[in-house]
Amino acid sequence: MPGSHTLATVAPRAVMRRPWKSDLNNSPYVRKPASVQSVMLRVLLALVPGIAAYVWYFGAGILVNLAIASAAALAGEAAMLHARGRPMGIFLADLSAIVTAWLIVLTFPPIVPWWITAGATLFAIVIVKQLYGGLGQNPFNPAMAAYAITIVAFPALMSQWPHAGVDFASQLDLILGGERTLDAITGATPLDALRTAMHSAAGTQTVAQVLAGGTAFGLFGGRGWEWIAVAYLLGGLYLWQQRIISWHMPAAFISGIVVVAGLLHLINADQFAAPIFHLLSGGTMLAAFFIVTDPVSGATTPRGKLIFAAGAALVTVVIRTFGAYPDGIAFAVLLMNICVPLIDMKTQPPVFGHKDD
Amino acid sequence: MMRELFNFHGGVKPETNKAQSTREPIVVAPLPPHLVVPLHQSIGGTPHPLVQAGERVLKGQRIGAADGNVSAAVHAPTSGKIVAVEPRVMAHTSGLAMLSVVIEPDGEEAWMPLYPSNYRSMQPDEIRDTLRDAGVVGLGGAVFPSHLKLKGARDKRMTLILNGAECEPYITCDDMLMRERAQDILRGAQIMRHMLGAQDVLIGIEDNKPEAAQAMREAARALGERMDVVVVPTRYPAGGAKQLIRVLTGIEVPHGSRSTDYGVQCFNVGTAYAIHETLNLGRPLISRIVTVSGNVERPRNYEVLFGTPMSHLVKLAGGRPDTDRTIMGGPMMGYLMPNPDVPVVKATNCVIAGSRAMFPPPPPEMPCIRCTACVDVCPADLQPHEMYWFARAKNFGKAQEYHLFDCIECGCCAYVCPSHIPLVDYYRFAKTEIWARERDKAAADSARERFEFRTFREEREKEEKAAKLAAKTAAGRQTAEKKAVPAAAPAGDALQAAAAAAQAEGTVATPSAPPQPATADLSAPVAAETAPAADPKKALIEAAIERARKQREAVSPKNTDNLSDAKRAEIAEIEARRAKIREMAKTHDEDGAS
Repeated sequence: MPGSHTLATVAPRAVMRRPWKSDLNNSPYVRKPASVQSVMLRVLLALVPGIAAYVWYFGAGILVNLAIASAAALAGEAAMLHARGRPMGIFLADLSAIVTAWLIVLTFPPIVPWWITAGATLFAIVIVKQLYGGLGQNPFNPAMAAYAITIVAFPALMSQWPHAGVDFASQLDLILGGERTLDAITGATPLDALRTAMHSAAGTQTVAQVLAGGTAFGLFGGRGWEWIAVAYLLGGLYLWQQRIISWHMPAAFISGIVVVAGLLHLINADQFAAPIFHLLSGGTMLAAFFIVTDPVSGATTPRGKLIFAAGAALVTVVIRTFGAYPDGIAFAVLLMNICVPLIDMKTQPPVFGHKDD
Repeated sequence: MMRELFNFHGGVKPETNKAQSTREPIVVAPLPPHLVVPLHQSIGGTPHPLVQAGERVLKGQRIGAADGNVSAAVHAPTSGKIVAVEPRVMAHTSGLAMLSVVIEPDGEEAWMPLYPSNYRSMQPDEIRDTLRDAGVVGLGGAVFPSHLKLKGARDKRMTLILNGAECEPYITCDDMLMRERAQDILRGAQIMRHMLGAQDVLIGIEDNKPEAAQAMREAARALGERMDVVVVPTRYPAGGAKQLIRVLTGIEVPHGSRSTDYGVQCFNVGTAYAIHETLNLGRPLISRIVTVSGNVERPRNYEVLFGTPMSHLVKLAGGRPDTDRTIMGGPMMGYLMPNPDVPVVKATNCVIAGSRAMFPPPPPEMPCIRCTACVDVCPADLQPHEMYWFARAKNFGKAQEYHLFDCIECGCCAYVCPSHIPLVDYYRFAKTEIWARERDKAAADSARERFEFRTFREEREKEEKAAKLAAKTAAGRQTAEKKAVPAAAPAGDALQAAAAAAQAEGTVATPSAPPQPATADLSAPVAAETAPAADPKKALIEAAIERARKQREAVSPKNTDNLSDAKRAEIAEIEARRAKIREMAKTHDEDGAS
């Protein structure tokens, strides 16, 4: 053994400034092979079945949007990291920006003009994420904040969805800013269609009649939407199996939707859609496994996770049913984001040896 | 017999790396050229050196006497000449030096006369003193003096737990000890059972050590003792005392409480073996089994004399040339040594030679993404990410509110963190800062207290002088007028001054503070009344001192029950200095008063 004995375990260039002086690494000296990058990569993987189903029912336009949003996210992230003097490579490679970009695209209409996709993504990354301190520091879910601001700013563009079967060329044309001839290729989402129909019918039609009449509706939820929802569910189960998400959030969100929608449905089945319609329409499944589960902006204690997700579910159904917007998930999640510090503080679990206190 | 086992929350399953060092039996490590025996090797007071440079010592001769009851003696591990008694770098990351006895072995291994004792005919106190003077401490790593734990609970059914779980990767010293010396461990356990009056004896062993479990079962049968070997699932940190107690009995011993209060006492198997050697054979604790593993050609377990340089062991085991670090303990909770030559001490269960290839530096620390992977693995049911957040922000009060001091620093959180945050380092940082602040606060409080007392004394002396002067004048007048002066007046003034000083306790008194009316502080006149009428002043002073003492006690440092040797030593030193100052102040005051 050589006589020289260096304490050769000093960390490489510190990304985080530590509040103490020494760079020496103490125990544990072994670590599980895990990284933010691998977590984010598996989230992206889990989204693939949903994207595939999306392409199957609504065409490949979404792929163009995914590319646009990913590029915008990386560009925004890189610019802000540079401006903040943070190391670029490591933060660009953590894939968190790509996850945000993909979630934005999956909640937006697939034929939304490119500048909306790019603009919303830049807003999410630059304002909602980086200005609050970057990875791990944002109090609000960036994708949902972007959705909320866009739907408020461009309500018309944000509610035009392609009919199933619109070809890729037309989609691309719309994405690149082509003129929109309404009704020919675009329509409303099932949630929107139901809401509008119920509104204009003003009591003359029941939910069942609307659902039976409209072309936007499938077996249980929206046509096509229900199978995309199932694909998200599969991806979500993979995340759960990988222990990237715990059961708390999806379970509480889904049961929250079922309970609140179920209660309304029980009160007046003619006026309010059945829980299964809510589950398989709009972004419910995407939200249950990929959006309310965002660790950064969500609650962290077991009970807190249940409260957070159930609260989001309640607000979602209320906005869907009584509000002015077709889907309320974004507002619901943002509202619950505000409550996270309080929820976490008030739901601290008892520590070892103090469980009877 | 199947026993119901309980689960503890969290835990991780790192690569165990134990097989390497269990292939060969335990072997006695040959004598090194020098032994450096630190005097402070246990929790508690630092033993006083009993030898001087130049003296000859016998193997097992006491070279450091226990400092009070919370301490344990230290002995010469072999016969030879004392070369020096001087500070040497101790087995701690800090690289601080500590008073050590350096022995040059004469190679004769000449023992002191040994006196085995029959514990059954001894008084419990006698046994405890014997253990303290034989230097027996917990050998699981915490080195808490064992005699302090060997007290029965009068009103409780006691359970004795022998900890053979050994959950840390690489370490196999308990495993090998159980395989090879199971009967002697249980003979030690017999003594523990006797001392504790324990009905149940449970021996917890992780299920990755079937040979050890088998050996212990056979030993219990051979000795005819009813002791249950309980095989527990392998999951780090199942060998933590609190976790093992929980797994075996379902009892959760809260931080800051003694397990005896819950009817359980837990000892490492190596400690049981040491107790057997001490009482049944009369040998003090001078060696232990040490696993030498890691970046070496022949990992194995050695029986090592305390004071043996770790480099000596690594050389014996065939340290590879790229070895660039020495770790004492396991990779989860071990300490990086400041140099390879620091001595093996009572806390050294394992020496891991490491290299950059074996323990690559962690990837860069990333921000916390609140994924709660740390929450899922925390065996203390803490919210590690919240504690990290507050420690990072230096919001130490909040960190404590989130039970920082319940953290056992097992490292599970840092092990799983996808952001590679050295979480335990953040908790150590926060704890150290809190200790420092509490020390500073205590020091400031005692300084203020001294200042206030001096102000009070000066005021009182002034009063006394005035009283004397008044008495003189009165005496002069008395001869003329033949009239007595009421003696109560000056005494009343002093009373007022005392009350004023007592009142000023909360704030910093100014030396020129005018005497306040005596009505403000009710306790002072009451104290004066109850004291002998002859000297109300003295009673008042005593009352003030008493109050000051109580106040001092109220601000004594907290959170000091889980410290490392080095920290304890530092605190003890400061306390000693402070006590001395207090003593001086007291004598000074007594001089002044008389």
